[in-house]
Amino acid sequence: MFSRSRNVRPDEIMFRAGTGAFAILLIAIVVAIGFGLTKESRFSIVHFGWSFWRTDIWDPVAGEFGARPFIWGTLYSSLLALVISTPIALGIAIFISELAPARMKRPLVFLTELLAAIPSIVYGLWGIFVLVPAVRQLQLITPEWLKSVPLFTGPPLGIGMLSAALILAIMVIPFSSSVAREVLKAVPQSQREGAYALGATRWEAIRMALFYARTGIVGAIMLGFGRALGETMAVTMVIGNNPQISLSLYAPQYTMAAVLANEFAEATDDLYLHALVEIGLVLFIVTLIINGISRMFIWSMGRQKRPRPAPAAAPARSAA
Amino acid sequence: MTRDLWRRAVSHTIIVLCGVSVIVALIPLALILFYVLAQGLTSLNLSFFTEMPRPVGEAGGGMANSIAGSILVTLLGALFAIPIGIMSGVYAAEYAGTRLSNATRFAADTLNGVPSIVIGVFVYTVAVLPFRRFSALAGGLALGVMMIPLIMRTTEELLKLVPSTLREGALALGATRARAVFTVVVPAALPGILTGILLALARIAGETAPLLFTAFNNRFFTTDVRQPVSTLTVQVFTYAIAPYEDWHRQAWAGALVLVAMVLICSLLARVATARMEKLHRGS
Repeated sequence: MFSRSRNVRPDEIMFRAGTGAFAILLIAIVVAIGFGLTKESRFSIVHFGWSFWRTDIWDPVAGEFGARPFIWGTLYSSLLALVISTPIALGIAIFISELAPARMKRPLVFLTELLAAIPSIVYGLWGIFVLVPAVRQLQLITPEWLKSVPLFTGPPLGIGMLSAALILAIMVIPFSSSVAREVLKAVPQSQREGAYALGATRWEAIRMALFYARTGIVGAIMLGFGRALGETMAVTMVIGNNPQISLSLYAPQYTMAAVLANEFAEATDDLYLHALVEIGLVLFIVTLIINGISRMFIWSMGRQKRPRPAPAAAPARSAA
Repeated sequence: MTRDLWRRAVSHTIIVLCGVSVIVALIPLALILFYVLAQGLTSLNLSFFTEMPRPVGEAGGGMANSIAGSILVTLLGALFAIPIGIMSGVYAAEYAGTRLSNATRFAADTLNGVPSIVIGVFVYTVAVLPFRRFSALAGGLALGVMMIPLIMRTTEELLKLVPSTLREGALALGATRARAVFTVVVPAALPGILTGILLALARIAGETAPLLFTAFNNRFFTTDVRQPVSTLTVQVFTYAIAPYEDWHRQAWAGALVLVAMVLICSLLARVATARMEKLHRGS
């Protein structure tokens, strides 16, 4: 390696320092995000302590801030989205990598990536005017006996947890499925051939491949989870923005990202602002951890290449 | 024998289910594109691009100021992100394996996973709060922070694809490392890098959340980067949640413009990638 040679030339040092400075700047930005968010939420952290996350009342006028409903809404909507999206995303990944004829693969990849490329605000607009009325119709025909189940209580508003979970699921599918697809691609062909040689059916061979790729698949699903946690616009527009903790899919609720989108620009006094920044800080830390774990899982598949968190952002990979 | 039949039946069922899941995912895509086209086309006209928004109750008007604002903010973001993204990508590719290179890549992946609304909050604390003023500059900064990891990773990966013989040839001819990289290696990867930047631009121009409290909104036309500025995405949001029919039409028109932009950029990138692939195979 040139960089390791003993007598390094001055131009080499300049080049390395010049480009390295930008690399350090990139790292500094990430550090600054964590630092900046902590600094601007200090009043709230000091004032409320842990009770901030255990209180249900969010009343900016009275200066009372409890973030539990937002945590609940974020986790509940993201988990529901995962429940809906995971089988579909895996089905797509299996179909594209194992079953589809070669000339169908590229158009299918393109179409699923298009799903990731559509701006969040467009999902939201479509959600308000198409999905929410459809969900309301669905709620109107809920059979009576189902209405006593906690999941289906409440008036048929359309707006609420179900709409949010559905739209999140649609938005998360391309992310999980593209990573799952790449993970499956990394499974050695000999695994499948071995299964076939032992008389496996097609599905049994695929199951072998899935088992081989299990850590990567879990990573793919978690990556989708990270996306769902931070998704803002589309959720804000359909979830109903009502800070309450409810199991009901029909109830309008609220998420951390949505409260930031709605209230941040209006936060007048310091405590209000710092309470909101604290929500942002926690969202930052949680997504950091989730993404970190998911990347670890995907790496541990022994893949040389990293996951592609933004499928539409750089299709240049396929040029390799 | 029955066990065999059962196994085959299970296999076939699951294969069919996989096919069905593809269709299930493509239905919302088709529905979204259909509604955006159907609703957008009836609302979109020339005045959408040339006129200013009208007050409630007055039909017509357009989003000229928002379109200009979106372009302004996106360009500001690009101006900020392209140098950092490309240079750190060069470092990560050239000094692959060093601790700083790994750390940079890790930081870029981390930044890519940070929710866009959180980046908005961060930029608010550093570029809005100290000046007590929303500004196009702050909006550009927020979009730039989102763009950096995209450009960095594209640059890095494409530089690694350049055959090492090219670099070694330049070095053997006595070129300094900087010279070899900037006159031989980077130009060889440039078409791909530009494609990556194009896609990053398309993605960033569709962002709303980081602009809500950085660029904010503005009813008037402005190119002053110190003033709050209206953007297409934030305007669509404002119109979508308002109770006026006419504003909803405007919102659909805005959505159509956004989707068209994303579609065109994706298609362009696909064509460029296919051409590059042909080139690679040819050599």
